[in-house]
Amino acid sequence: MTDPGPLIEPHIPALRRYAFALVRDRDRADDLVQDTLERALSRWLLRRPDGDVRAWLFTILRNLHVNAWRRDRRHGTAVAMDEVTMPAVAARQEAAVEVHDVLAALDQLPEEQKSLLLLVGVEDFSYDDAARILGMPIGTVMSRLSRARQRLRSVVETGKVALLRRVK
Amino acid sequence: MTNDAPIVEDELQAYVDGRLPEARRAAVDAYLARHPDVRERVALEMRQRASLRGQLDSKFAEPVPPRLWVANIQAARRATMTRRLKGVAAGVLLFAVGAGTGWLAADRPGAVSASAPLATTGVAQSANAAYRTFVVEVAHPVEVASAQQAHLLQWLSRRLGKPLVAPDLTPYGYTLMGGRLLPGDGSAAAQLMYDDASGKRLTLYVRAAEGSETAFRFQREGDAATFAWIDRGFGFAVTAPVAREELMPIAEAVYRTFGSVNSSK
Repeated sequence: MTDPGPLIEPHIPALRRYAFALVRDRDRADDLVQDTLERALSRWLLRRPDGDVRAWLFTILRNLHVNAWRRDRRHGTAVAMDEVTMPAVAARQEAAVEVHDVLAALDQLPEEQKSLLLLVGVEDFSYDDAARILGMPIGTVMSRLSRARQRLRSVVETGKVALLRRVK
Repeated sequence: MTNDAPIVEDELQAYVDGRLPEARRAAVDAYLARHPDVRERVALEMRQRASLRGQLDSKFAEPVPPRLWVANIQAARRATMTRRLKGVAAGVLLFAVGAGTGWLAADRPGAVSASAPLATTGVAQSANAAYRTFVVEVAHPVEVASAQQAHLLQWLSRRLGKPLVAPDLTPYGYTLMGGRLLPGDGSAAAQLMYDDASGKRLTLYVRAAEGSETAFRFQREGDAATFAWIDRGFGFAVTAPVAREELMPIAEAVYRTFGSVNSSK
């Protein structure tokens, strides 16, 4: 059996980056990465041997994240992602900074849009790979990406409006 | 795709990502020059994309904390796996115990299949390979010693509410040494090892297997004789360096152990 270490290790910084952008908490992000690595090691022999290790790892991480989120929602500790709106940004005192804080604005997007923007825009996955990781039909990636960017723009825009209103 | 085809939204997105084919870039540039509103929107999306990357740069550059080092996670996994495998080895046998029902009704236990059914052969071969690997092992013939295994069998039986036993082969001069977990054909397999007073070793191999055959199949490889059979999704194989006549009653005893435990529930 080949040692999975050298094949997995190069991707850990990027996994930490993706996890951090998803959960926005240092420790919880590393918990998520640790769960991902444990899962990957336990399923190492079950993966497609010719498959892309990086995409496989990101798929595991994303699924763990979504499952944890669903669990939290059942227990009533999180807000449904489709219903998330503006209060977080508007309520922040440092709203002037928030206008340029795209990472914070990203939090206002549904998880799928958020992941898509991160996988394509930050992790440089191809459109096809991003679709596979997120389990969406490949033919729908571009229109989803367009909608995600549109929503991000509007979140940033709304933050700006909120700021102006507050300054007055 | 020609250079004067109309620009579509997908292409603008690819433009933002720098993934637009070279041949189309000039056409999109020209389109954006003619449509300042679209140009402004695309430029904003590119800025947001860049600033998102920028905000996450420092996270990417951080040194990976030790708890995320693959070597450390592997070491922790090995520690828990050693504990868990001992439980699984017994668990596989548990399922095997439940699989014995109806075996007698379908066929005489002594009947030997004349043909060479594929699934039974597979079980026999796996059992034989496992036998050859571990029967010569001096330092670690078993992973879980019999003393510990008894405890595990009991514990699992109680926990799952189902009977779980290792066949008693002392009437044939064989005592249980212990067992180990092995990779089976797409699933786990368990090997129980027995030895007699002279140090002769016998193994009982159990794993999930396709097919509903009930007859014994005999196979000999070198000095190792194997009786294998399949019942309700489980394959059994008894292997020892003895004559066929000597092994047959042991194989029957193994069958009876599973059969009687199951029917006494």
